[in-house]
Amino acid sequence: MAFLEIKGVHKEFGAFQVLRGVNLDVIEHQVVCLIGPSGCGKSTLLRCINGLEKIQGGEIRLEDDRVSGPGIDGDKLRQNVGIVFQSFNLFPHMSVIENVTLAPTKVLKMSRVEAEAKAMVLLKRIGLEAKAREYPDRLSGGQQQRVAIVRALAMEPKLMLLDEITSALDPELVSEVLNIVRDLAKQGMTMLLATHEMGFAKEVASKVCFLYEGVVHEEGPPAQIFGDPKEERTRAFLKRIIEAGRL
Amino acid sequence: MTDFPAPSQHLPRRSDGFSVAAMLFAGLCVLAAFGTTRLMRGALTGLGVYASAWEIVFGLTIAGSGTLFWPALRSLVVTAKARAARARNDIVELRIETAAAKDHAFITFGWGAFALCIFGFISFVLTNDAAVGKTFFLLPLIQAKWWLVTKQFLLNNLFIFVATEILVLVWGLMVALARLIPGKAGRPIRALAIIYCDVFRGIPAIVTLYLIGFGIPTSGLSDLIVPHIVGLFIDLSAMSVAEVRAVTRIPVSWWCVLALTLTYGAYVAEVYRAGIESIHWSQVSAARSLGLSYIQTMRYVIVPQAVRRIMAPLLNDFIGLQKDTALVQVVGVVDAFNQSRIIAANAFNLSAVTIVAILFVLITIPQARFVDKLTERDNARMRAGG
Ligand SMILES: Nc1ncnc2c1ncn2[C@@H]1O[C@H](COP(=O)(O)OP(=O)(O)OP(=O)(O)O)[C@@H](O)[C@H]1O
Ligand SMILES: [Mg+2]
Repeated sequence: MAFLEIKGVHKEFGAFQVLRGVNLDVIEHQVVCLIGPSGCGKSTLLRCINGLEKIQGGEIRLEDDRVSGPGIDGDKLRQNVGIVFQSFNLFPHMSVIENVTLAPTKVLKMSRVEAEAKAMVLLKRIGLEAKAREYPDRLSGGQQQRVAIVRALAMEPKLMLLDEITSALDPELVSEVLNIVRDLAKQGMTMLLATHEMGFAKEVASKVCFLYEGVVHEEGPPAQIFGDPKEERTRAFLKRIIEAGRL
Repeated sequence: MTDFPAPSQHLPRRSDGFSVAAMLFAGLCVLAAFGTTRLMRGALTGLGVYASAWEIVFGLTIAGSGTLFWPALRSLVVTAKARAARARNDIVELRIETAAAKDHAFITFGWGAFALCIFGFISFVLTNDAAVGKTFFLLPLIQAKWWLVTKQFLLNNLFIFVATEILVLVWGLMVALARLIPGKAGRPIRALAIIYCDVFRGIPAIVTLYLIGFGIPTSGLSDLIVPHIVGLFIDLSAMSVAEVRAVTRIPVSWWCVLALTLTYGAYVAEVYRAGIESIHWSQVSAARSLGLSYIQTMRYVIVPQAVRRIMAPLLNDFIGLQKDTALVQVVGVVDAFNQSRIIAANAFNLSAVTIVAILFVLITIPQARFVDKLTERDNARMRAGG
């Protein structure tokens, strides 16, 4: 049974339908990559799973519990689902350690000492323990994204949603961020990530889903999607990606 | 494609005019210094306080304004160099020298304007045998009355605005948050906040003061409520009516605090709201995604960032508020301005009012510098390094 089940999800902004019946399953310890042209609704889907956007139809289930629709405690849900955005993640008025410990102390009511100790362990793992007292604007973009990941991890989520977390970064900073995601995948973290890094998707993904015109147009293991796509649209999309030199 | 001229064709404009103008301006300033010192000599003699020691001051004033010739001269010298460079067709040198010549000329203009303003002010005060000066700055009167005025300032103006500022900081934030409450259920609250802001920003502060300062005590509203509250702490049953009155009467200045809080709460709420709305919405997403509730998001993430941004406009409103404490005299509070008007009426002289003006300026300056410091510190902490 799938850890995360997305069944027939519809999402519209006014008259504009972004998602028109998305079906997608994520099994525990799997890494699922969402690919698709810009504006196809990858970010929107991730925000819906996290309850940051309301859906207009369909159902989202996490560990067989309905997490979409009326009567849902969004704050509870979000404690279990960490999300990292493309940019503007960190709180600029807080130091790195304050960013990481905010939610554990305020939401989980962890003691400050305990939260800081845990935060330091995590920061050490990404090699940023020396930057704990720095403010985000003094960090490089890559360091900021690593802190953002750690901040989400500090809540010990069961599922991580990563939304194009490297697309705002200079190429030489991309790998330091991807290395962390790679480590998380090895440790068995369940992840759903939207990405334009096809090479990376090929390497870490258990499954790749091609989102097109508001539905999952094609899905399958990375070898099949990248090597032998069945659908015409998928082929066209990948061809453009290859032409852009990103695969 | 358009043909861009080669860089070497962009010759800087000649700086000769600037240098000559700087020399003329320096000359003008020295002349003004002469005139001002003459006027001072006359006025001081008229006042009977002239001593030959003043000549040293006058000499220094003229010599000081004479130093304006120094940058003007340097400007001329550098302009001459620039001319030579132009003749040699040395473009780089020409650019450097021309820029330097202009810089020196503008130093003359800047400091010259500064000096002229001071001379102008001194002349204004001393014209007509210092009649202007005596009207506004009669030293004996200032010496005799400054404490009386300052005392009223501390007792009334200072008390009222400090109390109001503390209340406004809290009240304004509450109104701003009410105005930003999300969702359908929040609509009536939002409407209330909007109505409040519209009404109290619209009513002139002096009218609100009048209505509340007179209205609430006269209407008996306070007699209806206050005795019950005071009764919780003091046993009123054994007291006569007059005694009860005495312990339950609320000073008028407290009503002034209430009135000004209502008025300025509306302004400050708008400032808060602008600050909160200026924070990028993704900060809300980021906070909510960590499981923080709406209130926690506001409390720990959005409001702290907003407050840093609104420091300067907030200070603006506070200075406005501080000055508006001079209005409380309409309900009979003897504040510094009221006191000084009484003195002015008795002495046929405005110097006591000048004291009030000075007091208001004096309390404003440290606050302005304090906010500058805070802003600077935050900027240094959050943005520097890079
Ligand atoms: N709040 C909103 N209001 C209206 N339209 C929106 C909103 N958010 C997103 N959209 C629209 O929904 C569509 C999908 O947006 P989304 O950000 O999910 O795309 P994406 O697949 O993540 O694209 P990219 O790869 O460029 O990040 C876009 O056309 C966008 O304009
Ligand atoms: Mg996106």
